[in-house]
Amino acid sequence: MSGITRAKPVAGPVAGLAARLRALTPARVGLGRTGASVATRDLLDFQRCHALARDAVQARLESAALARTLGAIVGGSVFRLHSAATDRATYLQRPDLGRRLDETSRTLLLERAESKSRDLALIVADGLSALAVERHVAPLFEELLPKLAGWRLAPMCIVEQGRVAIGDEIGALLGAQIAVVLIGERPGLSSPDSLGAYITWEPQPGRVDAERNCISNIRAEGLSCTRAAAQLEVILSAARRLQLTGVALKNEAGLLQKG
Amino acid sequence: MSFAHTIANRRYTFGSLRELLAKATPLRSGDVLAGIAAESAEERVAAQFALADLPLAHFLSEQVVPYEDDEVTRLIVDTHNAGAFAPVRSFTVGELRDWLLSDEATLERLAALGPGFTPEMVAAVSKLMRVQDLIAAAAKIRVVTRFRTTVGLPGRLSARLQPNHPTDSPAGIAASILDGLLLGSGDAVIGVNPAGDGVEVTAQLLRMMDTLRERFRIPVQSCVLAHITTQMAALAHDAPVDLLFQSIAGTEAANRSFGVNLALLTEAHEAGQALKRGAVCVDGQIGSNILYFETGQGSALSANAHYGAGGLGVDQQTLEARAYAVARHFRPMLVNTVVGFIGPEYLYDGKQILRAGLEDHFCGKLLGLPMGCDVCYTNHAEADQDDMDTLLTLLGVAGVNYIMGVPGADDVMLNYQSTSFHDALYLRRVLGLRPAPEFEAWMEGDGFGRLALEARHPERLLTV
Repeated sequence: MSGITRAKPVAGPVAGLAARLRALTPARVGLGRTGASVATRDLLDFQRCHALARDAVQARLESAALARTLGAIVGGSVFRLHSAATDRATYLQRPDLGRRLDETSRTLLLERAESKSRDLALIVADGLSALAVERHVAPLFEELLPKLAGWRLAPMCIVEQGRVAIGDEIGALLGAQIAVVLIGERPGLSSPDSLGAYITWEPQPGRVDAERNCISNIRAEGLSCTRAAAQLEVILSAARRLQLTGVALKNEAGLLQKG
Repeated sequence: MSFAHTIANRRYTFGSLRELLAKATPLRSGDVLAGIAAESAEERVAAQFALADLPLAHFLSEQVVPYEDDEVTRLIVDTHNAGAFAPVRSFTVGELRDWLLSDEATLERLAALGPGFTPEMVAAVSKLMRVQDLIAAAAKIRVVTRFRTTVGLPGRLSARLQPNHPTDSPAGIAASILDGLLLGSGDAVIGVNPAGDGVEVTAQLLRMMDTLRERFRIPVQSCVLAHITTQMAALAHDAPVDLLFQSIAGTEAANRSFGVNLALLTEAHEAGQALKRGAVCVDGQIGSNILYFETGQGSALSANAHYGAGGLGVDQQTLEARAYAVARHFRPMLVNTVVGFIGPEYLYDGKQILRAGLEDHFCGKLLGLPMGCDVCYTNHAEADQDDMDTLLTLLGVAGVNYIMGVPGADDVMLNYQSTSFHDALYLRRVLGLRPAPEFEAWMEGDGFGRLALEARHPERLLTV
């Protein structure tokens, strides 16, 4: 007799309670428990979610392929740009570098963007989740572009290692009245592919967050591309009418309901 | 005043106390981002040598953030207790480290010295300490606070139950509370971070938690971690406010970015104390610590409010210690650093988060604060659950007052990973620690038994 039998993890803090608690919240309540510790299956489920989030943060944006896809949707030229953050480790530690273009990209825009007045610049940046960009930007543009028939669009830009504020420099170089930056948000454990959209009136370096409007949580389980495109259209129209974005637009228009 | 040290014929000079402290700080990404970190490992250790020789008394004559510019500095200077400082007045920073680790540094002496230290002194000595020093010194200090439970007693470890929900659903929050209470969490506080900052939601959640507490006679305190003005508005509408919460930082400008100042905190403290909702605790004293503060290295820098003397940046760890000077003025029930929440541009990886957590715990305790820690990380930090287990265990050894209890360590509202109810159970088991005495007695009595029984129908518990 070894006295060893398989441990039988308890489902939740009290037997039979797990499913009832889980029906009430997406939180990890009612976990299987062995001794004081989490049972193997629930442990691995957590590790799986963290692995997806980590992979999303580290993933490199396939910028060339995305440019072809978006070029086909937009029907114009697409500029591929890079921030001053040379790699992922630098990007994560130096937000200041992720907010401005590297020399090559700035020169490219200066030489080829033919700066003239445009209504809108659409800018795509990897941010903290290239996965979000790869999954949601093309479907979002399919929905959005038909709504922008009357808008003079600047050439579309795709930025690697970019943060939200890099849209200020790009928008200014393109002579755009409004910049929209579509960017991968910081992955949560249950949301590795959440996309955000930041709208800025008269983009120029030095703009602060309070001067932007934001639509977040664009993903299959969150705000659908259809609803996100509709919200974007509403904000863009209001921004053009009131000639501003940010807290002031939110107050003026009272239209920015959270998705 | 300038400071210098020579290593291998190379003389390193540091133009001010602000620069000396920044250069002596162990590497972290936030100081690099601010452009104030040492430029080489050699420069860093040269700064540490120079700092070790600096008399503690010097900290009373040179401020890293000017007195005339900053109310936090004025608070530090104006409330400094010269009598408490007297026994160590002639020490250098290096001698303070040696003394803290000596057998002379007893629990009673450390407690008496607390009011004599400025946060900059404490930050300075921590920069000379290894991880084991930060643990060894902190483990000798006890800071005990009371409301309905007594937190911080020797041999005890408490947990803040953090039952957040993405849309503030009272039923969802209650489900997480049940899960946590039944697993022995909540003896520090049941504290909800609301997704919105409304007065109505705050009052509703406070009422829900208070009803649950009274129905099962649970010795806990609750808190809704909205902005302090929102909580005060709820209080004015007769919501059952136990602890009042606010995030604070180490400069006047950073606190302004949080929408607070010392006058507002004083007003909140007085309003909360007037309610007299604390209970008679296990030692017969009435619980009267009513504030709850959260802090974290990098918060001033992220608000671009980290500037000190000469308009130059102060290192994030020194500024964090200054936040503790704000906290100690209000004799809080709970203070915790939220150490890994801020992101990799301030604390890059598990190694930086680990050291920062132990520094914060040590500095807070030495200044006389009831320190807990939100052992945590975000998905863009170079960290994982193994790093959290390491910091959690080390903080347990260091005598941390409390940790967080989040269902499955996954905060589904704030989108970061903290510690779980199970983590608290683990730490209590391996280190032989017990919950707060009032809560422990409740867990062994009828109230807990009834809760376990009635929890089988959680929806029935939720009628407020």
